[in-house]
Amino acid sequence: MTCSCESGHNHNQVNPYVPYRMKIKDVIIENPEKDLKTFILNFLNPEEEKSFTYIPGQFAEVSVFGVGEAPFGIASSPTEKGVVSFTVKKLGQVTSSLHMLEKGDVIGLRGPLGNSWPIEKLVNKNLVIISGGFAFTTLRSFLYYALDPENRKLFKNITVVYGARNPDQLLYKAELSEWSKRDDLDLKLTIDRGVEGWNGIVGFVPAVTEQVVKEASNTVALVCGPPVMIKFTIPVLKKIGFTPDDIYTSLEMKMKCGIGMCGRCNIGSKFVCKDGPVFSLKELEELPAEY
Amino acid sequence: MIYQIRKDDFLSWLKKQREGKKVLVPTRKEEGYLFLPWVGDELDLREYTNTLKPVKDVFFPQWETLIRYRVEKEKSGEIVEETSRTEPLILFGVRPCDAKSIKLLDNVFDGEKYKDPYYCQRRKNTLIISLGCRELGPTCFCQNIGINPLSSEGSDILLVEFEDRYLAQSGSDTGLEILEQAPFTPAESKEQKIFDELNGNPARLNEAEFRSLALNNMPDFNDSVWEKLYQKCLNCGICTYLCPTCHCFDISEMTLDSEGKRVRSWDSCMYSSFTLHGSGHNPRPTGKERIRQRIMHKFNYFPQNYGVIACVGCGRCVAECPVNFDVREALKLLGVWKDDLQL
Ligand SMILES: Cc1cc2nc3c(=O)[nH]c(=O)nc-3n(C[C@H](O)[C@H](O)[C@H](O)COP(=O)(O)OP(=O)(O)OC[C@H]3O[C@@H](n4cnc5c(N)ncnc54)[C@H](O)[C@@H]3O)c2cc1C
Ligand code: SF4
Ligand code: SF4
Ligand code: FES
Repeated sequence: MTCSCESGHNHNQVNPYVPYRMKIKDVIIENPEKDLKTFILNFLNPEEEKSFTYIPGQFAEVSVFGVGEAPFGIASSPTEKGVVSFTVKKLGQVTSSLHMLEKGDVIGLRGPLGNSWPIEKLVNKNLVIISGGFAFTTLRSFLYYALDPENRKLFKNITVVYGARNPDQLLYKAELSEWSKRDDLDLKLTIDRGVEGWNGIVGFVPAVTEQVVKEASNTVALVCGPPVMIKFTIPVLKKIGFTPDDIYTSLEMKMKCGIGMCGRCNIGSKFVCKDGPVFSLKELEELPAEY
Repeated sequence: MIYQIRKDDFLSWLKKQREGKKVLVPTRKEEGYLFLPWVGDELDLREYTNTLKPVKDVFFPQWETLIRYRVEKEKSGEIVEETSRTEPLILFGVRPCDAKSIKLLDNVFDGEKYKDPYYCQRRKNTLIISLGCRELGPTCFCQNIGINPLSSEGSDILLVEFEDRYLAQSGSDTGLEILEQAPFTPAESKEQKIFDELNGNPARLNEAEFRSLALNNMPDFNDSVWEKLYQKCLNCGICTYLCPTCHCFDISEMTLDSEGKRVRSWDSCMYSSFTLHGSGHNPRPTGKERIRQRIMHKFNYFPQNYGVIACVGCGRCVAECPVNFDVREALKLLGVWKDDLQL
């Protein structure tokens, strides 16, 4: 009975293991292989919708009842009212079951979890956003948020380098095409190898970053992509002049609880679920390279 | 302030507590002592050093339901939160090391940001009466890492056997309230002195000293010493299941038609599946990374996060490892064990 939960804490607070019930509003197939789908969800209970507030960069545990839970970065922006969306790559049990669901089906959602992109630190800065493949999700959330008329003035120049294996694998194609017309956003799309019909840039993300990004002063870089992309992009950014304090990335570790209890997602003393998933390169350099 | 009670009187008192509460006591079984519900018969503690399974089981069971649900196609379904046991419980005979382990687990399950309602509910409803150790078991090493085998930390009441009596000390306000009433009586100055004398040989090294050793002397993450450590380990996970401070768990699903439940069960960082990503990537692919994780978590990461070492020296992992992996030897090899202490 010496537990401190007896003294003063609120025992009526929500149980962090109970998911919200979400109805699938729409499923968008993102690529011809159909292994990338975006799920647009509505809250079944409007009260819960009100209490669900998040910041770009956070994630949630999504569950298929009868199968299990898995963590996904929130791809929607807090400025998109009434919906929460995720883009999911079909891989194992939960992701494959998700891929079989349709409009109208009910799934679970626990969250928002984790920290976020360091929005406050980004205010009045130039931003360089670098991403590869389907890891673009929470950066899409941030971009949508930053491009909101209310928010755009908070940030200076925004440059995006987003690459994929081929044009088909780029997420959110319709949105990208809209964004490419904007003059308050410098969007550089690139593909690994040239294909017919592609008039854009060809080359790997690190190389394109080196060509496109010239200036590191008053600039913060947000990087999210496959490990190899990150590995080769960091030295490029450093060469341009970015300090480890001005480079941020989002990490992935196997997760279950999402709240720092089940003990599996740690890198050194930090839990990716609770202390992350977003870390500055400076923070990462102080942790053991076990991820 | 020290209190006292005759052993007979204590047993009658404990028996009476069974009226509104469940009482668990160390019960002798073929395989060893286990905490089991007490029917009020004579307690056999003659060869009791500690229970086979740690007491964490009471608050964080090996297997439990978190939520239940019903989902039908075209219907919105429902989710019901499982309410954890609400019946009041008394644990008698907890060893001070295990009582301390529960305090350590409070850091995890009753955190600032998130609280585990199942754990907290059980914590709230449980009274811990521990039994101080007058003699240490063969693999106990609490004193070597700064833990006093007669400490009331983590207990509501600590009892220490003395002749036909128990000397009692409170470890919480609830414990104190109980001790202030009959059949407990304040100890005479003679007993006070005896208690102090028994307590005069506490930890040989204080916890802070050991902690700073573990935080400062731990070899580098990439040091070759880690190569040596893991060789004989089978990754069976016994050490983690039996460890009173290990708290890792898995969450999985059980379903039948449209009804199901989400359950959690103990898991272990000693398994490769623990960190295996869906993509096939595994940040801890071999025994080396896993033993390093187990040791670093207890002696380095946990103290970094919560300011206290996550091992209480109960020695279960030493006693039960099938290949005699001895955490004390490991610490010695790592330079985190004071040289002048004998194993
Ligand atoms: C913070 C974060 C954000 C993520 N965002 C996205 C995203 O936006 N889109 C996307 O497609 N994927 C994302 N992932 C990866 C995604 O969680 C895994 O692909 C997914 O868990 C695989 O689940 P599965 O059941 O299909 O695979 P299985 O191999 O069957 O895995 C079983 C269970 O293990 C856990 N698990 C396995 N692999 C991972 C992993 N890589 N990361 C975390 N838990 C894992 C999950 O609980 C999973 O249900 C993210 C991971 C993290 C940690
Ligand atoms: S009990 Fe021994 S063999 Fe089993 S995982 Fe632990 S150290 Fe390895
Ligand atoms: S690591 Fe071993 S000695 Fe330490 S608390 Fe766990 S089981 Fe006991
Ligand atoms: S997912 Fe459980 S501790 Fe991070």
